[in-house]
Amino acid sequence: MSETNIEIQDLNLTRKDFVPGNEVRWCPGCGDYSVLANMQKTLPVMGVKKENYAFISGIGCSSRFPYYMNTYGFHSIHGRAPAIASGVKLANPELAVWIITGDGDGFSIGGNHMIHALRRNIDMNIMLFNNRIYGLTKGQYSPTSLLGAKTKSSPFGSIDRPFNPSAVALGANATFISRALDVDAKGLQESIKRAQRHKGASFIEVYQNCIIFNDGEFSDVENKATRPDNALFVVHGEPMIFGKEQDKGIIMENHHPKVVQLGDKYSEKDLLVHDETNQIITNLLLEMTFDTSNPTPFGVLRAVEAPTYDEMMIEQIKAVTKIKGEGTLEDLFYSGDVWEVK
Amino acid sequence: MAKKVIRINEATIRFAGDSGDGMQLTGTRFTEATAIVGNDLKTIPNYPSEIRAPLGTLAGVSAFQLMFGSQKVFTPGDLPDTLVAMNPAALKVHLRDLKKGGTILANSNAFTDKNLKMAGWEANPLEDGSLEGYTVFSIEMSKLVGKALENSDLTSKGIERTKNMFALGVLFWMYNRPIEPTEEWLRKKFGKNPSVAEANITAMKTGFNYGETTEIFTTSYAVEKADLPKGKYRNITGNVAVAYGLVAAAKKAGKELFLGSYPITPASEILHTLSTLRNHGVKTFQAEDEIAGIASAIGASYAGDLAVTTTSGPGMALKTEAIGLAIITELPLVIVNVQRGGPSTGMPTKMEQSDLLQAVVGRNSDARIPVLAAKDPADCFECAFEAARIAMKYMTPVILLSDGYLGQGSGPWQIPDPKTLPEIVVNHPSSADAGEDGFMPYARDENETRPWAIPGTPGLEHRIGGLEKENITGMVSQDAANHQLMTDIRARKVDNIKQDIPPSEIHGEPKGKLLVLGWGSTHGAIHVAVDRALAKGQSVSQMHLRWVSPFPSDLEEICNGFDEILIPEVNSGQLALLLKGELARKIHQLNIVRGEPFRASEIEDKINEILG
Repeated sequence: MSETNIEIQDLNLTRKDFVPGNEVRWCPGCGDYSVLANMQKTLPVMGVKKENYAFISGIGCSSRFPYYMNTYGFHSIHGRAPAIASGVKLANPELAVWIITGDGDGFSIGGNHMIHALRRNIDMNIMLFNNRIYGLTKGQYSPTSLLGAKTKSSPFGSIDRPFNPSAVALGANATFISRALDVDAKGLQESIKRAQRHKGASFIEVYQNCIIFNDGEFSDVENKATRPDNALFVVHGEPMIFGKEQDKGIIMENHHPKVVQLGDKYSEKDLLVHDETNQIITNLLLEMTFDTSNPTPFGVLRAVEAPTYDEMMIEQIKAVTKIKGEGTLEDLFYSGDVWEVK
Repeated sequence: MAKKVIRINEATIRFAGDSGDGMQLTGTRFTEATAIVGNDLKTIPNYPSEIRAPLGTLAGVSAFQLMFGSQKVFTPGDLPDTLVAMNPAALKVHLRDLKKGGTILANSNAFTDKNLKMAGWEANPLEDGSLEGYTVFSIEMSKLVGKALENSDLTSKGIERTKNMFALGVLFWMYNRPIEPTEEWLRKKFGKNPSVAEANITAMKTGFNYGETTEIFTTSYAVEKADLPKGKYRNITGNVAVAYGLVAAAKKAGKELFLGSYPITPASEILHTLSTLRNHGVKTFQAEDEIAGIASAIGASYAGDLAVTTTSGPGMALKTEAIGLAIITELPLVIVNVQRGGPSTGMPTKMEQSDLLQAVVGRNSDARIPVLAAKDPADCFECAFEAARIAMKYMTPVILLSDGYLGQGSGPWQIPDPKTLPEIVVNHPSSADAGEDGFMPYARDENETRPWAIPGTPGLEHRIGGLEKENITGMVSQDAANHQLMTDIRARKVDNIKQDIPPSEIHGEPKGKLLVLGWGSTHGAIHVAVDRALAKGQSVSQMHLRWVSPFPSDLEEICNGFDEILIPEVNSGQLALLLKGELARKIHQLNIVRGEPFRASEIEDKINEILG
């Protein structure tokens, strides 16, 4: 979209500038390492000064993220990162604010803050590490665990219907939604770049493998051999094509997405074309998430422009000040009926 | 016949009617006129928690009381001298409080069979002699405004609604108050609707003239100007005063003010007031819930604003975990609790002082926090300013306790000269402050406070959070000795605030038989009771605590100067519990939890009981 042509100032930053000296303490093989590395690789080229990044997180494995970024950071309390980040951004609109959260933090205990942060469209970036399990508390089901998931707290299978987080984001009227895979560096970097450039609340859902408590949850798309047939990487303005041989596509049939084989019966021009500004297309892609007859969509699913809360706050302060003049304490104190005792 | 004017020193008036009768507005207008005359005063509203309870019911009665006088007025008065009752339910609810021999002004048109029955009167008290012993003015207010406004373009319902202005007019005459300020105010308020303004003005004047000309009224009362310190004054409620104190502190500190808040009775007026102040650079953020209210404020504080969250008891409970976060991250934050009756939803529109223990000790772990409490509406300004100053000086969250009585009650406020308000010095580290080993976010100054480094400053990038941090470096640490050290430092930081608490003032002699010790909004009632005791020659003094955590350093010494200590509180004995631990001596208690403040007479009786 329009954001791709923005000229970016080279600040001579490198990945090293974003790596603090302390040791990273996620489990060996955790998907979080890849996300961290790609964040550290991408931020230096965004034209934002290092001191202007602030990473705000809640509680959970992924919420340790700010400790591993050599930027300003706040590791807060369970679920509340979007609310804390909202205050950070409103107090200092110059900052590039990132919220790091997980499926428990962001969609269970913090679900309320999540939807409201997205609804308000405060210019912040929310990165959800979705591993469909509680990791830090050692393996209970989460609000994104699938029905039947056998976990520490659901030994007979989960009877809790899951959220589709990106669909919740759409329901909250988010202006930017993308989905990425922890093992896909290119897709991650693209999502990070686009989110950072997007004005408004950006939501990135990362499918992230928990090697200890939910290993292989996303194996159909994580595995390089099976990924092409199970993942659909959408590009704005391009037809929806996937498959090892790039021979399959998505059409709309009876208002639902359907996989077709390209060849005799269908050609590229029959396929749905991705339009990240069209909510119907985004809906359709999100519908494919849990539908095993369709591939799982990744990429920028939605990007629309809308006024941001932080800008409107600044505008309102300016507008009211223009009408009333800059307030002084004298004005304030004498705004009621005043009398004098002589 | 010339009417008699009697000079009196003070009067207490209560306006009572259905919640749709406009009693709060009537009371507020009487208050403004009284303030302009130069009397000292205090007010208290009393309204139901339902927005519009069924018309004419006991549950739907709304009231407003004020006391005014030619001397210093410390409370809105115990029992009213005059009761305005706009319907039978209002009379039913409030008659029991009226002074013996007091005056009743009733709208007799509202005393219909239906209304009488709804209010539980078997017969019409205005007619059956049951009000013998009171001076009753039974006035056909509805009918009189109907007549006066028969040529107005208002509907009959609209005309009926002006009857409160008629009652106000009668009261203005009775107490010799000017009607012009209300006239002006009505014209301004209904600027877009001049016929409504004029109808209300006519109703008020009709009431005034009714007092002046009809023979039922023979006497009016004059209350001389109070001898208040020289200066400019305005009437202010505690909630507005809190808002102003915060704005003043922000300006004096060169900070932008951020409020993260969720609406809750009786604290919402702070949010309302601050939301009008965009041209003062005030950022109000109406959050999705109480937790987001404080969490956004903590974020704003981290990013360098003077940050505030406002609430009442149940909201305070929800904010508890986040208060712990503000304590461990050592960020400045003002948390205002306008207390109400509880537990749970309790009595939202009624006052109580029962969140003291919640404020002082109500968190997981050893998590001390400075707590101060305002004593009257005007004091809310100073306390809010002080809370903000201490928060920024010591890098700590601070709890300010107000209550529904202070927040919604009002009194005159001597307007301070903004130039004489103390400057608040805030030092933020700059890039140059990062040493060779990088920036140390938990380095300590002489008060053991840590630096407030603002995101956006090059070279000071650092991480804070809810996990215990190593002192100085701010690295995550689960080390035993470090946790002991940090817990001790956090406690010492609160104790260090004692150096900012001026010597306690004692009302009465510094030593004696009985010390009446209070905190918060009991100040006025205790003051009046102690004055009465002193007048009788009893050996009684008053000490009032602004800071309840930490206690002032002279507290123990002062207490040692008295044989007995009495603590009156509108709770079941919370300060007494804290002080029993602090002083290890016997403490007399006087505790009420009725959703209303003390009457001075109750404290007076207790003083008599103790002193025998």
